[in-house]
Amino acid sequence: MVDTQTVIGDLILKNPVLVASGTFGYGDDCKDVVNINQLGGIVTKSLSLKPRDGNPPPRIVETASGMLNSIGLANIGVRKFIVEKLPYLRTTQTKIIANIAASTIEEYCIVLSMLDEEEGIDGYEINVSCPNVKEGGLSFGTSCEMTAEITRRLRTLTKKTLIIKLTPNVTHISEFARAVADAGADAVSVINTLVGMAVDIRIRKPKLSTVTGGLSGPAIKPIALAKVYEVAQSVNIPVIGIGGIMTAEDAIEFLLVGASAVQIGTANFIDPAASVNVADGIVRYCEQNKIESVRSIVGTLQASKELSVVRSWQ
Amino acid sequence: MLQSFCPITSRQTVGANIYVLSFRSPQIASTLQPGQFVNIKVSESGIPLLRRPFSVYHTDGDDIKIIFNVIGVGTKVLASKNVGDVLDVLGPLGRSYNVSDGYETAVLVAGGLGVAPLPMITKSLDRRSKVLVTFLGARSRDHLVTTFLENVHTATDDGSEGFRGTVVELLRSILSANSFPQPKIFGCGPNVMLSNLSRLAEELSIPCEVSIECAMACGIGICQGCPIEKVNGEQKYALVCKEGPVFNSRSVLIV
Repeated sequence: MVDTQTVIGDLILKNPVLVASGTFGYGDDCKDVVNINQLGGIVTKSLSLKPRDGNPPPRIVETASGMLNSIGLANIGVRKFIVEKLPYLRTTQTKIIANIAASTIEEYCIVLSMLDEEEGIDGYEINVSCPNVKEGGLSFGTSCEMTAEITRRLRTLTKKTLIIKLTPNVTHISEFARAVADAGADAVSVINTLVGMAVDIRIRKPKLSTVTGGLSGPAIKPIALAKVYEVAQSVNIPVIGIGGIMTAEDAIEFLLVGASAVQIGTANFIDPAASVNVADGIVRYCEQNKIESVRSIVGTLQASKELSVVRSWQ
Repeated sequence: MLQSFCPITSRQTVGANIYVLSFRSPQIASTLQPGQFVNIKVSESGIPLLRRPFSVYHTDGDDIKIIFNVIGVGTKVLASKNVGDVLDVLGPLGRSYNVSDGYETAVLVAGGLGVAPLPMITKSLDRRSKVLVTFLGARSRDHLVTTFLENVHTATDDGSEGFRGTVVELLRSILSANSFPQPKIFGCGPNVMLSNLSRLAEELSIPCEVSIECAMACGIGICQGCPIEKVNGEQKYALVCKEGPVFNSRSVLIV
């Protein structure tokens, strides 16, 4: 038996695989095709104080090995989430992490306080890095002081696990990771989407209503790996790796460069069971390589002079 | 909704660049309602990355048929599939047409490959109580696919078959010259056609359901990528994949 447990703050996850915010609804949409009890955890769609309609269409574009999205944090709002979605989530045997988005620090505080009074939420992931909303979102996430300030304020409000989701759309992501670690965050999620764009040359217009959007999918995996590697070198809190993970092999790359857990995002759109398949594949990898515990491979990248030799393009 | 792995049982060319692909899925075929769709992963290679949604064209026992033009990378890959290849299919998805009550004459109206859901509607009508009339428009004779349809009036842009002009113009002329007992329109096609169809239905006070085509990622309501603006209601948008693809034409803004 492979020990698949991993620890993020005060949370003991049964395995290191979570589903990323905005790619799995509120957990109840996929129950026909995925047994969510086999997941380490669920990160909910971003919750805001008031319901949000989201951006006008078109909101998504397929690109080379990826997709751009500009959903604009469409969500039912925190109150409706508590009444309509949380009762189901309480019945599941997986960790529930509520993702919170807001346009002011006060709003982050109110939403977190409302959720903190409820049973059934195990931790929070704070979205300071959405590229698709005019106010808040990325404008918080690209300011190191602001990101740290939000973390400090929220830290005073909850004892539960507090995770900050960082944007790659900055010069040095590790500065942000250090700032939120110093401000009391239990972990960081790395990375949110990269700002990208696509153009329809027939009509000379952007393919997204908001012109730019967030790039996700396999196209961003090499960038995400490099960012996780950079952050894991510079902080002592756990790093949750996100970005283009489609398979268990992809997830293991993230573990090796220092991620304690991973989130599956865009892959859920293509295969709702992707996250469970990744979790199973990690166990098989450990069995095949006689690894007793998933934790034991985290950050064990062999950065030696003897590099692996690529003998052929596979 | 199920995820099933379905062997392809036939591939046919039925018109200019128009393909019909059949694949076996007893579970999906047995529960499918007219207007529902399937979301197909066309390639294991990740190219293209996202699934492709298709309205179900017909069912035949355990088989499901889809109809498509080869227009991009996804349909190109699909058209190159062989009998025996296995497709990863999610379905049945979305809200179906309401074919059961509230009318006597089913007026089926489609433009181009908007014909896709019509055979399923035709098949599911209760003939003891319903009359059926079908209107199909396309660019030219080579783009008209009338298989599985009944009582068809055709329109082509170039006049190579039937009425010269749009299918909505044809429908207007026939509706003004004839009176059908308690009609209801079931439409599918490009947005510009559906928009004209909705206006005509409104003008003549005929109930009308339309199936909207939209690019989508997941097809099951989790990516929030396929909104359509609602005419009224608490929320500004409906998701085409979940609350549609079939809508009452008065409930959404078709642009």
